[in-house]
Amino acid sequence: MSAVAAPKSKPVMSDRARAENRLGQKLVAPAIVLMLLVTAFPMLRAIYLSTFDYALTAPEERAFIGLSNYLTALTDPLFWQTTGVTVLYMVVTVAVELVIGFIFAMVMHRVIFARGVIRTSILVPYGIITVVSGFAWQFAFSFQNGFINGWLPFVGDDFNWFGQTGSAVVAIMVSEIWKTTPFMSLLLLAGLAQVSDDMIEAAKVDGATWTQRLTKVILPNMRAAIMVAVLFRALDAYRIFDNIFVMTSGAVRTESISFLTYRQTIEQFQLGMGSALSVLLFLSVLVVAFLIVRLFRVDLAQARQG
Amino acid sequence: MKNRIGIVIGCLLILVWCLLPVAWIISLSFKSEAAITNGSPGFFPAAGGGAGWDNYVAVWDNEQFRRAIFNSIGISLIATTLSVIVATLAAYAIARLEFRGKKAVLTIALAIAMFPVVSLVGPLFDMWRAIGLYDTWPGLIIPYMSFTLPLAIWTLSAFFREIPWELEQAAQVDGATSWQAFRKVIVPLAAPGVFTAAILTFFFAWNDFVFGISLTSTENARPIPASLSFFVGADPFNRPASLLAAGAVIATIPIIVIVLIFQRKIVAGLTSGAVKG
Repeated sequence: MSAVAAPKSKPVMSDRARAENRLGQKLVAPAIVLMLLVTAFPMLRAIYLSTFDYALTAPEERAFIGLSNYLTALTDPLFWQTTGVTVLYMVVTVAVELVIGFIFAMVMHRVIFARGVIRTSILVPYGIITVVSGFAWQFAFSFQNGFINGWLPFVGDDFNWFGQTGSAVVAIMVSEIWKTTPFMSLLLLAGLAQVSDDMIEAAKVDGATWTQRLTKVILPNMRAAIMVAVLFRALDAYRIFDNIFVMTSGAVRTESISFLTYRQTIEQFQLGMGSALSVLLFLSVLVVAFLIVRLFRVDLAQARQG
Repeated sequence: MKNRIGIVIGCLLILVWCLLPVAWIISLSFKSEAAITNGSPGFFPAAGGGAGWDNYVAVWDNEQFRRAIFNSIGISLIATTLSVIVATLAAYAIARLEFRGKKAVLTIALAIAMFPVVSLVGPLFDMWRAIGLYDTWPGLIIPYMSFTLPLAIWTLSAFFREIPWELEQAAQVDGATSWQAFRKVIVPLAAPGVFTAAILTFFFAWNDFVFGISLTSTENARPIPASLSFFVGADPFNRPASLLAAGAVIATIPIIVIVLIFQRKIVAGLTSGAVKG
């Protein structure tokens, strides 16, 4: 694999331009090789393995079975149930984060005092290990050692959050939202900084109310930043794994598609089926990315650094 | 005036949001094991349910935990150093040079940033076992490098665009080659950006869980997050919450220290890649 595009019929380059071209390609080569070595190559290997009935527990019984693994996965209700839960995690967490993150960004944009303190604290959830955040919330929701039941007036003190799907999913979402909202708010803050104050002033002079200024001036001008933030976070949320692992271990149907893939591969040693799920997971991420870009007409040129 | 009050309330909200769970895990780490076993609801340790530093001493005396900290620090630092070196070369080319395939590099980086990591667990597990990288430091360092490169490349190319061109050209006019100009002029100017990229890369490596649990099997290479998740006390049905909390606090300290010292740089680095700088 080389990163070189097919040579177009271009006017002859000067020696200097040719040297620059070569140097540029040399400098990016190691990065390209490394990025593809651990992604493209194993992915091809996964496609290959997925056509076998192959378990590590019985390696000598490996047999070629074509697309049977895919058929099995796609006709199993469990696959669709985990996909459904994953989409639910994604939609709810991103929607909530967008609202809270925007409020945080507005506050940070206007704040004049204690900027360092605010900035430092907003980075704490971002930097904290996801597993640790999972533990913190799991214990917080625990009826034996937590504080949330005691703080919520409408919940009984012995309510077990992890006893049924609904509340367990809520607990997992809370840990996800807590950890990633700051990142969202920082991206939105950068977008806010790009809305020119003159425009907002002009709208004010023309008698626009606060709500009108928000919906007619600020948000339309932040569109690109919002879409990029949503795209990044949505794909991140779709891969949710760490907090499910520590909070419920996938019990009471809280399993995400990533978790199902992991369980098949590493815990049950079903490399063939696990690889098929890996390929399906990869394809579903592509579908999600495509849908978001299409539906919201995300302008990726904004995210590009070219 | 009304606005002022709104902002103050907003700030307080942000502080509570960000720091309450951290305060909670610290508080939990001071509850005694006996209190946890009997059940000790509430935010703070109940009267008589406090453990002082006992949990921290117990965690620190645990050989597995100490190994995991050592693994995490070693693996994260090596992966960060290598990743930043490779990303610096690439970002310099992207920000400064005209060459064919520039777009392809950025597209690949974007695609990798969105890649579902779990998809690779099976094939990598299989490959690493075949070539002897399973449960070793390099077995984790390599994937960490690959997955931190996109972030590092974006951050760095954004920074490199801010560096005054003329100095490099001036050096070239004075007879320096492209390579000399890069080494003697750009590198010192680029150091702050490189440092920021290194911090973000370190965060990723320190945070990783998926590779940590799938590509290791013993304390030979198991990093902190994986070690914490497998940490089960005497009673597997009742996790030693306060011990885990103490371990979690220790694992969080390096991150907090880095954030405290470099918060301005981190924010600049995080947002530079997302919107047109």
